[in-house]
Amino acid sequence: MALIEIKNVKKHYTSGDEVVEALRGVDINIEKGEFITIMGQSGSGKSTLLSVLGGMNHPTAGEVEMAGVKLYQLPGEKLADFRAQNLGFVFQSFHLISYLTALENVMLPLAIVSVSSAVKKDSARTALERVGLGSKLDRLPNQLSGGEQERVAIARAIVNNPHILLADEPTGNLDSATSEEVMALFRELNDAGQTVVMVTHNPENGAYSDRTIHLRDGMVV
Amino acid sequence: MKLHNISINNLKRRKAKMAFLTIGLMVGIATIVTLVTLTRSMSSDIERKMDEFGANILVTPQSNGLAMNYGGISLGGVTFDQREILEKDLARVRTITNHKNISTISPKVLGGIRIGTHDVLLVGVNFESELKMKQWWKVFGEAPKKQDELLLGSEASKILNLNPGEDLQIKGESFKVAGVLDQTGSQDDSLVFASLPKAQKILGKEGRITLAEVAALCSGCPIGDMVTQIAEKLPDAKVSAIQQVVEGRLKALDQFKRFSWAMAAVVVFIGSLIVFVTMMGSVNERTTEIGVFRAIGFRKSHIMRIILLEAALVSLLAGFLGYGAGMAGAKLALPFMAESKNAHLIWDTGVAFGSIGLALTLGLLASLYPALHASRMDPTEALRAL
Repeated sequence: MALIEIKNVKKHYTSGDEVVEALRGVDINIEKGEFITIMGQSGSGKSTLLSVLGGMNHPTAGEVEMAGVKLYQLPGEKLADFRAQNLGFVFQSFHLISYLTALENVMLPLAIVSVSSAVKKDSARTALERVGLGSKLDRLPNQLSGGEQERVAIARAIVNNPHILLADEPTGNLDSATSEEVMALFRELNDAGQTVVMVTHNPENGAYSDRTIHLRDGMVV
Repeated sequence: MKLHNISINNLKRRKAKMAFLTIGLMVGIATIVTLVTLTRSMSSDIERKMDEFGANILVTPQSNGLAMNYGGISLGGVTFDQREILEKDLARVRTITNHKNISTISPKVLGGIRIGTHDVLLVGVNFESELKMKQWWKVFGEAPKKQDELLLGSEASKILNLNPGEDLQIKGESFKVAGVLDQTGSQDDSLVFASLPKAQKILGKEGRITLAEVAALCSGCPIGDMVTQIAEKLPDAKVSAIQQVVEGRLKALDQFKRFSWAMAAVVVFIGSLIVFVTMMGSVNERTTEIGVFRAIGFRKSHIMRIILLEAALVSLLAGFLGYGAGMAGAKLALPFMAESKNAHLIWDTGVAFGSIGLALTLGLLASLYPALHASRMDPTEALRAL
């Protein structure tokens, strides 16, 4: 059984009188340890697919099953708990919390976990060391370069050892040299067993992944 | 890292915003503290002054008769079964529940005497308490200090042709006129005042008194209750409140208190509005941040806790600073507002805890909707990028 099963997922939005079909019946299976890139033109539905996959966007129809759990059948705040325990997010604009240091930003997902502060600090430090920022723990986001901020965002996404790492255009705001470094880091994490699903419009990034899924007009092509 | 660290770090690193919010709430709390403290200090000052002006409770013997006088013109009266109050019984007045509210008790014995060819009314008083209660009295000569000294009303002095320093005999007892009262326009003008023991002796009423005037401090003491309490202690006496004095005092104070409460209500409203607008602005500004929190698995309750904890911390700080600033403001304003120069500021722990509690309640209430709004944010909408 695949780690992630996306079955006939549809997502419709209403914009005024118009119904926008962002996803029109998507079926994807992702195995544990895979590195998948989802590519497509702007408006193809790739970011919508990632948000549905990340348990943040209820599909209009269809099912998302992850590690045997049907995400959108989870009651109340259980879905938030599932995200906290099983998913890691890397956003295009990093979305680091400006008033927290690199270490504190990485510790953020652990703020709602009942373990000691020392364990949280150790985990965050280890995650930052893994992305090569062990020496910049106390820097605020505005004291870090774009590439370094991206690394902090990746460290934050992996600090709770998620089943799946979801990344939305992680190199969208980086120059090509830094993009290569960041992609190499994703590859490295994947080599260590981390399942990665990445949305990108850059075909070069596809080279780092095991498989590329192309979306067009809300459908897999 | 715990949820409170997020709140504290946000406040620490967004000092300008925090300062604005704190100042907004602090000004509101300070205004309330200043108003409340000023009102109370001024009320206390006014009460003290009012209490110095005459009695507000009258203790007279029980009688089945009706007095027949109006505006100082007596038409005589029919009185029977007249009882008298024993002077020693008066001590019981000091044992009532509200005894702390009693400022002065002024016992009096009355009786007609003849001086020369004139009939006059002799009033035996305790000069110390009488002079304390009747501060409008202006004495020419000296206030009586010895047992054999008298104080004459202005009219009595004229008719009897007696001036300060002169001696006279009453029923074989020698007296000296210590002082004469300036005209008061009241019954006091035609009276002769002697010390209580001497008057009792002359009138043959040793150990007895005709009436007692009581000055009660009105702050927080219902005069009606005190009247009942005194009546219970002195079953043979008739205790009545001098309504016009009592009502007058209460009315003046009530008006003042109503004004300050209205002012406080307006300030509370404005303060709450400031907190609400600032917290709402802060939440809207932090949309992305809240989206990140939700995306990484924070529950709605976690978001609410972060926002409300920030509000609580700011409100507590605003409460402390507001209390301090309010008291400082009251201290500065009191000399300009109070009637007397020796009006003192009332330091009340109730106001201190009340202002901090009010700041906390206001801050939390005004932040409740912004916190709810934040917790209900759709993470996808909040992040937009996803």
